[in-house]
Amino acid sequence: MTELPGTDETSRPTRRAFTLASLGAAALVTASACAESERDGAAEGGGGAGATRDTFVFGGSSDPDSLDPVFASDGETFRITRQVFEGLVSTEPGTTELAPSLATEWTQSEDGLSYTFTLQPDVTFSNGKPFDAAAVVANFERWYGLRGLAQGEDLAYYYRSIFRGFKVNDDPALTTSLYAGSTANPDGTVTVNLTTPFAGFLASLTLPAFAMQDTEAVEAGGGNGSDGSDPRQSAYATGGVVGTGPFVVDSWQRGQQITLKRNDTYWGEKAKVATAIVQFIGDGTARRQALQNGDIDGYDLVAPADVATLQDGGFQIQDRPAFNILYLGINQAYPPLNDLKVRQAIAHAIDKEAVVRNALPEGTEVATQFMPSNVIGWNEGVTTYEYDPDTARRLLAEAGQANLTIPFNYPTDVSRPYMPDPATIYNAINSQLNAVGITTTPVAEQWSPNYLGTVQGGTEHGIHLLGWTGDYNDPDNFIGVFFGARTNEWGFEDQGLFQGLAAARTATSKQEQEQAYQDLNEQIMTLLPGIPVASPVPSLAFAPGVEGYTASPVQDEVWNTVTVSADS
Amino acid sequence: MLTLVVRRLALLVLVLFGLSLLLFAWVRALPGDPARALLGEKATPAGIAAVNERYGFDQPVWQQYLTYLGRLLRGDLGASINTGEPVLSTFADRFPATIELSLAALLLAVAVGIPLGYLAARRRGGPLDNLVVGGSLLGVVVPVFFLAVLLKYLLSIELGWFPTSGRQDPRIDATRVTGFYVLDGLLTREWDASWDALVHLVLPALALGSIPLAIVVRITRASVIEVLDEDHVRTARAKGLPASLISRRHVLRNALLPVSTTLGLQAGALLSGAVLTETVFSINGIGSYLFAAISQLDYPVLQGFILFIAVVYALVNLAVDISYGLIDPRVRVS
Repeated sequence: MTELPGTDETSRPTRRAFTLASLGAAALVTASACAESERDGAAEGGGGAGATRDTFVFGGSSDPDSLDPVFASDGETFRITRQVFEGLVSTEPGTTELAPSLATEWTQSEDGLSYTFTLQPDVTFSNGKPFDAAAVVANFERWYGLRGLAQGEDLAYYYRSIFRGFKVNDDPALTTSLYAGSTANPDGTVTVNLTTPFAGFLASLTLPAFAMQDTEAVEAGGGNGSDGSDPRQSAYATGGVVGTGPFVVDSWQRGQQITLKRNDTYWGEKAKVATAIVQFIGDGTARRQALQNGDIDGYDLVAPADVATLQDGGFQIQDRPAFNILYLGINQAYPPLNDLKVRQAIAHAIDKEAVVRNALPEGTEVATQFMPSNVIGWNEGVTTYEYDPDTARRLLAEAGQANLTIPFNYPTDVSRPYMPDPATIYNAINSQLNAVGITTTPVAEQWSPNYLGTVQGGTEHGIHLLGWTGDYNDPDNFIGVFFGARTNEWGFEDQGLFQGLAAARTATSKQEQEQAYQDLNEQIMTLLPGIPVASPVPSLAFAPGVEGYTASPVQDEVWNTVTVSADS
Repeated sequence: MLTLVVRRLALLVLVLFGLSLLLFAWVRALPGDPARALLGEKATPAGIAAVNERYGFDQPVWQQYLTYLGRLLRGDLGASINTGEPVLSTFADRFPATIELSLAALLLAVAVGIPLGYLAARRRGGPLDNLVVGGSLLGVVVPVFFLAVLLKYLLSIELGWFPTSGRQDPRIDATRVTGFYVLDGLLTREWDASWDALVHLVLPALALGSIPLAIVVRITRASVIEVLDEDHVRTARAKGLPASLISRRHVLRNALLPVSTTLGLQAGALLSGAVLTETVFSINGIGSYLFAAISQLDYPVLQGFILFIAVVYALVNLAVDISYGLIDPRVRVS
């Protein structure tokens, strides 16, 4: 060892340390500089130098419950299953109108008890098995034959709600099933029989829960939960699903993403992108940031406050036609809210236009009844309550409630399509109520389970904010849900209204159904169980290069027409 | 050394047994009912009873514990109530993401922290020293969550240099081998995939690594200052040994001992910090898995996760103890 000491030598380790640190910093800077070009380069799919990308990435907010739509009731699950499965009927893109899908046409018997469907010819499931009348019968029989846990309200939710019962009911709350049986006819058509007429039957079949599946694959993958297990956790429902739609499930990385591949044997218009990915990003702000940064190509339920920012940044905003209702609920079990004059006073005290202007997104419709204007049975001439503080004060005085004090419940930490920011809506309405002399006690609770438990399960609430997003174009899906029976939310008993709604449900023609519901809407707005406020417009956001996405009021959005340009 | 390892491993078994008991009691003390969490707000009594029976929640608690312990001894952590997937295989799927992130953060702390701490110590009192000391103080006090959001906003949203979330661009159809995305890309020669994963790792690693980095800088600086003043260093200088040799053999080696201890202790902090970092950057690691398990009262996942972390923590600390022996011969001899 003959190294010589010296000042230069002393600084060697220092230099080395500097070199190391500099290298690290250099690597980071290089990484950052290349990050964007790298992602862009990777994005240009197998198609090479074409003008469009091969992959569409959508930002979802959470994992689906499972991949079997029968056991789902949430939008995130349906967003995926809509790409993989199809029902007998669907909706015209962007509307709530019925459209053919796996059934090309249908007829209804005069008594409203049977429906015969002519099926699309030459359709196969993604595993190559033919889709025919027998497959339709097998699907109806599958739903009807579910047992045990699978019948639960959080599993076969839509089957329970619409068909009301199974072959063998394991839950005493269930009744005789609406489904009476089905037959595969020799001419290739299929007939479905009902036990009672149900005006909303065809519209309800647009629900993704009633999409056609390969029932043999379901059974083979344990998808019926026949052994008492949760069918959502079966091999079928977590990766083995088989439908007739334009995409097939390639992989599901829980908490991260679902990858769908184009179904090359699809009978309809084949998907323009080879791969569609739903990436799960729980936080709304993070989804916006991911879009802005090019990590995803689009996302849903854009916060109203983000709309202008995104538009300024060159992103596309698509409004989904409103199919929801925001209302101020009134609990008549809480006196003096059972006094019609008090309820009318509250109605006159609220300036809905101002609420919409100050607390809801642009394009929101003011509501006059408990359903949006695109639902069958919406009544143009329904009784309305104009904003008139003087009338409100007079009515309160007449009711002997000039100094009324009531609890006002509203939820926190939640954003719903009909209620993007509950606290702002609460503030807007509350100040209007205070202006006519109504004192409110604010009760703010977390959405789930506290808030819903209080306003739907409890009896101590006074007025509250809530709403509903429709599932399919059937008025029963709005006012039937709210006022079909006595509930703790509304706290009133009106057998006339309950029976009227039950009867309207069994109308056998569209005209009859429309008339019945128009009358019921008038009846409800005279009774005034609550104040319908507005139908806000939810928005989707897309990168500039995304085309062919049609927003649907009932979220019936299939991505086979979507393209993403390479420079987006 | 071998005795130490054996003794520590035996102790670990005892600790794990005690922990399993505590954990079992703790998760059951959480408010709520797992069957209701699974079946939702509208669960029927029959449905709840069916789930309770399936998972044995209808049995006396002591019996449930014995069943659990029996399974544990066979290496079976049970299956998630929420997804039905075995807890162990889900960990195996998700752990690489957390480890990759933690390792990157640790690497950053060591690769930047030690040279920086050393430099600051050598130029004690100078502008660089002041900057490093001030900077490291800031690194310690700024919460990981806040820094993560800040980095993401500045470097991803505003400047667009880094991706905002995830571990890899979903558009890349990469082959998975080990679950460590950077490594996978290298193994399969998918350079694009490896590079993309590395780029995705930068911001989360910076955020997560900020606290260990600051601590390593401070400890290294203090330790080097202390060693520089020691007699053996003065003697070495007096002997006319080359400065590089003094630094390498007599200063750094001795100064690194406390740094090594600190790194071991930081392993636990890294794992808990990973939960927050994974949330901000939507990384699919065990942090986000634990987060979901808490809200869904997924007993098997919670019990399995914490036990697993305890094992990792204990093993890392054992490894640190062993590393003492490698760094400092005095430990080896004693």
